[in-house]
Amino acid sequence: MSDTNGSPSTSGFNRRNFMAAAAGSAVAAPLTARAADAPMDLAQTQDPSLPVDVTLRVNGQSKPLTIDARTTVLDALREHLGLTGSKKGCDHGQCGACTVLIEGRRVVSCLTLAVAAQDKEITTIEGLSSGGNLHPMQQAFIEQDAFQCGYCTPGQIMSAVACVNEGHAGSDEDIREYMSGNICRCAAYPNIVAAVKQAAPQIQKG
Amino acid sequence: MRAFIFQRATDPSAAVQALAAAASANSPLTEAAVQPLAGGTTLLDLMKLDVMRPATLVDINPLAGNWSTIDFDGGNLKLGALARMSDVAAHPQVRQHYPVIADSLRLAASPQLRNMATLGGNVLQRTRCSYFRDVSYSACNKRHPGSGCAAMEGFNRTHAVLGTSDQCIATYPGDFAQALMALDATVEITAKSGVRTMPFAELHKAPGRSPEIETVLAPGELVSAFTIAGRWPRSLYLKARDRQSYEFALASAAVALDVQDGVVRDGRIALGGVATVPWRVREAEVMLKDQRLDEALAARAADAAFSAAVPRRNNAFKIDLGKRVVARALQQAATMEIRA
Repeated sequence: MSDTNGSPSTSGFNRRNFMAAAAGSAVAAPLTARAADAPMDLAQTQDPSLPVDVTLRVNGQSKPLTIDARTTVLDALREHLGLTGSKKGCDHGQCGACTVLIEGRRVVSCLTLAVAAQDKEITTIEGLSSGGNLHPMQQAFIEQDAFQCGYCTPGQIMSAVACVNEGHAGSDEDIREYMSGNICRCAAYPNIVAAVKQAAPQIQKG
Repeated sequence: MRAFIFQRATDPSAAVQALAAAASANSPLTEAAVQPLAGGTTLLDLMKLDVMRPATLVDINPLAGNWSTIDFDGGNLKLGALARMSDVAAHPQVRQHYPVIADSLRLAASPQLRNMATLGGNVLQRTRCSYFRDVSYSACNKRHPGSGCAAMEGFNRTHAVLGTSDQCIATYPGDFAQALMALDATVEITAKSGVRTMPFAELHKAPGRSPEIETVLAPGELVSAFTIAGRWPRSLYLKARDRQSYEFALASAAVALDVQDGVVRDGRIALGGVATVPWRVREAEVMLKDQRLDEALAARAADAAFSAAVPRRNNAFKIDLGKRVVARALQQAATMEIRA
């Protein structure tokens, strides 16, 4: 299908819905699924092409999924759970666009297997606000104009929240060093540093 | 990425048994059908590139309870292989008594990757040689023994000048291993037959005629810990790179000195970014012994460190750069303030 065909706004059929539906239909019936933590001595008889049952904890909710063992946390979030805030940039752990928190620590979700992240608390950009109020870091990114195209922004914000919580937002130099895992090709870096500085005391206070 | 079976190791003996199960005497460890998964920052990257193709992954993270210790007993340090880079880099006693370890970890990768990557995986990370990482190049002796080396006459600006062979010039990319080399660390290896230790300096193997063999580890053996005897407060890691942060070394030096009354009693130097394996330079170290370290001596030691260097078309600059890194690292270590 081509993105230029038809009108997604009137047909109700857009690329994102199509992708999600296609991903869903590719999943085999749960009856044939392997349990991800099957006893190790059964491994040699298992078929790696069969999907596995996993349960992810995302933004405080349990999400049972039947997925290919190759699925990363990033793909599980975006394609299976419809949480498209976390972005796929390089898909090789180099750009930081997919940054999420797992057990409160920032990681790149593109190099984290979903089967290995079971029962751990995953926090995405969608889980950052509370009760309709933006997280102080989100608000600071808006007020400091800390993005242009916005593609790296969810990863920047998740990384920035962790940067503050780690105690690495004490100076401009520290912020630049400890935000270096998030690449911004619009080069909004000065404003990102300003946003982290603005939000840091509010986060530490709160 | 190719399909694989995912297993979770519940204890060390189950892990090494699973890893040894599919071992073949004919294939190197890096090609073994069963691979351990720790932080995944190298393995999953290379699986996505189709460079590594394991049929089974054994998740060893459940072993972290026993294998992620950071234990300083006042005189010696033990680091579990599943300790995360960020946790070790931030540890107050590591920073105070072993700054070269803290620096080498802090200056590597990104905060996200340091939160994921383990010490064991870190020392076993694979080269960043672009011809190794891109399977569309058919010539790579590391991937396909006997196929040739595309880097030899290719763009080899980031490649090694020390420890090379006519089969491979791929640079060992890590930083932490150089710190372990400089501190004469011991590595603990867990296998089906039990636990053994050996000098860390004997873990990696230079490419020679078999670049596909990178370490002395056999299938079914896991790096489980590192130990360092004594304290090394006068130590540091200096890293020169194309970017100020989040980049591999072009040239780096791990330096540890024992200075008494202005005289170097013991000096250690290990090089990164310039060699095919973590590279200790004893020929430079002996020049420091019982001497007062000044600019001239640092420069002579730096020259000695690169006396065996063999440049290729694009990487001759690493010899000058590396010498300056060594000389500066030595002088910085000699004058650094030691916290009591």
